Amino acid sequence: MATSVLDHAGTAAIHQEKTGLWSWITTVDHKRIGVLYGASAFFFFLLGGLEALLIRVQLSRPDNTFVTPEFYNQLFTMHGTTMIFLAVMPFSAMFFNFFIPLHLGARDVAFPRLNAFSYWVFLLGGLFLNASFLFGAAPNGGWFGYANLSSRQFSPGPNMDFWAIGLQILGIASLAAGVNFFVTILNMRTPGMKLMRMPMFVWASFITQLLVLLSFPVITVALIMLMFDRLFGTHFFVPQGGGDPLLWQHLFWVFGHPEVYILILPSFGIVSEVMPVFSRKPLFGYAAMVFAMVFIAVLGFGVWSHHMFATGMGPIADTVFSLATMLIAIPTGVKIFNWLGTAWGGSLQMKTPMYFALGFIAMFIIGGLSGVMHSAPPADLQQTDTYFVVAHFHYVLFGGSIFALTSGAYYWWPKMFGRLLDEGLGKLHFWLMLIGFNLTFFPMHIVGLHGMPRRVYTYSAGFGFETLNLLETVGAFILATSFVVFIFNVVKSWRSGLQAPADPWNGATLEWAIPSPPQEFNFPEEITVHSRDPLWEMKRSAGGRLPEPVRTSGAGIHLPPPSIWPLMAAVGVMLVFLSLMLHEKTGPVGIFIAMSVLFLSIYKWAFEPVH
Amino acid sequence: MLESTVYQLLTGCPRMDQRNARRRSLAGALATFAVALLAGCGPASNYKQSSLDPKSDFTSMIHSLFQVEYYLALAVFVLVEGALLYVILRFRGKAEDPEPEQVHGNTLVEVIWTAIPALILAALAVPTVKTIFRTYEVPKGDALQVEVIGHQWWWEFRYPQYGLVTANELHVPTGRTVSLRMITQDVLHSFWLPQLAAKRDVFQQRTSTLWFRTEKEGLYPGQCTEFCGLQHGRMAFQVMAQSPAGFEQYIAAMKASAPPAAPAASDSAKPTAMAGTTTTTLGATTIVADTTQGAQLFMMKGCIGCHSLNATKPMGVGPNLAGIGTRKYIAAGWLENTDQNLARWIQHPQDVKHGVIMPNLGLTDAEAQTLAAYLRQH
Repeated sequence: MATSVLDHAGTAAIHQEKTGLWSWITTVDHKRIGVLYGASAFFFFLLGGLEALLIRVQLSRPDNTFVTPEFYNQLFTMHGTTMIFLAVMPFSAMFFNFFIPLHLGARDVAFPRLNAFSYWVFLLGGLFLNASFLFGAAPNGGWFGYANLSSRQFSPGPNMDFWAIGLQILGIASLAAGVNFFVTILNMRTPGMKLMRMPMFVWASFITQLLVLLSFPVITVALIMLMFDRLFGTHFFVPQGGGDPLLWQHLFWVFGHPEVYILILPSFGIVSEVMPVFSRKPLFGYAAMVFAMVFIAVLGFGVWSHHMFATGMGPIADTVFSLATMLIAIPTGVKIFNWLGTAWGGSLQMKTPMYFALGFIAMFIIGGLSGVMHSAPPADLQQTDTYFVVAHFHYVLFGGSIFALTSGAYYWWPKMFGRLLDEGLGKLHFWLMLIGFNLTFFPMHIVGLHGMPRRVYTYSAGFGFETLNLLETVGAFILATSFVVFIFNVVKSWRSGLQAPADPWNGATLEWAIPSPPQEFNFPEEITVHSRDPLWEMKRSAGGRLPEPVRTSGAGIHLPPPSIWPLMAAVGVMLVFLSLMLHEKTGPVGIFIAMSVLFLSIYKWAFEPVH
Repeated sequence: MLESTVYQLLTGCPRMDQRNARRRSLAGALATFAVALLAGCGPASNYKQSSLDPKSDFTSMIHSLFQVEYYLALAVFVLVEGALLYVILRFRGKAEDPEPEQVHGNTLVEVIWTAIPALILAALAVPTVKTIFRTYEVPKGDALQVEVIGHQWWWEFRYPQYGLVTANELHVPTGRTVSLRMITQDVLHSFWLPQLAAKRDVFQQRTSTLWFRTEKEGLYPGQCTEFCGLQHGRMAFQVMAQSPAGFEQYIAAMKASAPPAAPAASDSAKPTAMAGTTTTTLGATTIVADTTQGAQLFMMKGCIGCHSLNATKPMGVGPNLAGIGTRKYIAAGWLENTDQNLARWIQHPQDVKHGVIMPNLGLTDAEAQTLAAYLRQH
């Protein structure tokens, strides 16, 4: 058992905490990579939040000139792109990295260096996208980059090159991570952990990786076509050359809708971990929860055109996509009811993670209901591209994903950093966030239905939008304040937080069996599991709490050594794309140099000794 | 008072001990939120282009469907959020409480809560599918044909039955179905007319359609809802629904903008377009003088290169200006058409709407005012 470890009297190296910048740059430890993902995602989250605040200030009153139309268009494009690709996805990646191996009872992911490569590619891609601001040329065609506005004719600057290329770079990171976690979950489970015994977070992650693996190739193809249109004069999406702008929409949403589930399924997973632990009851309807997610994922590939009802696809197509979309409400409802069923009859421990999980359920219900409302194409003819839709997807992505990710952050913080966060500040964070969130986004339903379109840099006085928009802006600042409280909480925990025990919440899963923070090798010995809640089972058979696990030397445990080549390969990928973007200036020499860096790095990586 | 009533309603259990006072305030907050949700935010008529204030057969049809889904959603909202609140209030425990009963699921309950949403959705699906097919119907008979062409960032409207073209302000008669056939000249746009026609995207190679019939005269605002570049936010338009007689007058006036008609005849044939113009001889003389100078400026400063004042000639890069003098708004349907705004728009288009094709021509104040006065007559 994990808690009664023998000291290995081996001659092999003893594992000690490695410190220093170089140890982080070359790390292949899934936990450190998780922390890197989290820190980077939070940085980008603040950036995206700042963009949101600027947007809200601009819209706080009619005919405002706080920002120029050009900058406004850059702001909303980068806000969406940042929050989706650089905040929510990597927040999820943080939890995938840190906790999938721990949940599975594994020492690391299947491909530790590929994992580091994913992170570095993501970071460089995110920095590349945002570097566009330094040239005053941030992407300005929307996060959806609709053709033919994105063509060179109508977007002549480098703005949309940054976008098309930045997203390709990020796609490589997501695909590499997708393969890695897919293989990890299938192959690295500890003995006894059958698929139907995996923690629900692992199931959610597993299905998310499937979605990534099937949907990212589509957007990659579309982006390559767009890049060729823009840089090399092809006409995939240019009507004058026989191309079709509508093709872009289909390709984009064949990716874009599964992407929505890529953003929300990990959150489903987190809430499915938090609810049982803080209800002191196992997850209600485990099998139904798994099947519901599988059903959502499969249907998620068959509903992309509900983003396109206003294009006028014809009554048959509208009907099919409408009914398929409505069907998704059924498994989603099952999930909500199962969470309620988990809490029903339980003994709710009202700690901060539970507050955020319950907030998630409350807000996600609203987002789900407004989603059903525009699944009806005729109603969508009024709602699409208005603030009603902005309200809807913020209830799903903020009220949903961000609430759940925050719940996860409070839940797992002690495990990740070995210190407790302050409960009082946590609850203050929750209430500010709940109030700020609803004040910001609920009025958007109303202004949207009453005629306010999306993506407009201003609106005229006299349409009745003034009061509600001002209210939304006030709400946005309350929302921002809630994260100031969070940062304060983190700093306080860092400086004077209480040392976290191994199992502060009476957890059910394996990560709580080992010290906080975990040692580099995670588990000194392999654990065999016999049920879905292995730690609860251990505690029951031990007749109460387990003794605090002891830190061991870990002597004799083989771990992959650090490597610089994942980072170098990521730099190579970056250079290749940069040389394509600048091919008119650098010519074949630039491409050759970039390719050389990439291939050299991959070569060194492949033949690096790993013992 | 309301708080506790709603709390009782939602939880079904008015518990009065002290520990519950705090819980009640939570319930109260959420209940207030639900009430706000119910109330919306004032009547739709407070809003100028509200989709909840339908004024045509087409939008009324959509609104009926919206109401079905709204009340279904509201019912589900109250029930499920109520259940959530109940669970939070009822099952709150302490760390030292004994372990609750360990339940893993209940097949019957799970089947029921899978089936009920399916039934609700079926109830929504039937009217949805019916309405889908109706939205795609093509009007027959003597419908007014209107061709809509999206441009960065303004709207062109053509009446093929009358051989007329105009921009940013579409006149339609009441009591007659209007059939819209829509394309774009450049990037994708979306034609949104919330009170009359809802919304369709427009493309270059395929024609999008909408139809509507209104019985209510009025000026209905609409705007582009597909992000279309720099000035997407300023790509609005108006639809003026007039009595059939008023509409005929409008058509006649527009036809009269063609050059072959004599100036005098043109004036008399445009009662609506010239409404408000003084009829005194002195006034007329002044206007004629202005007209000459304005006409010269219109030619010399290059306006004519992009704009036509002749509604029967659908050509030119920019909006057709026949009838500009009486349009309610300029610069694509959002800037009030006052003399001052019109002169400013002519003189400093890049300040009024940065990025439009129309350049700052370096007109003097006097030239701009003369041109504005000239356009006021058209």
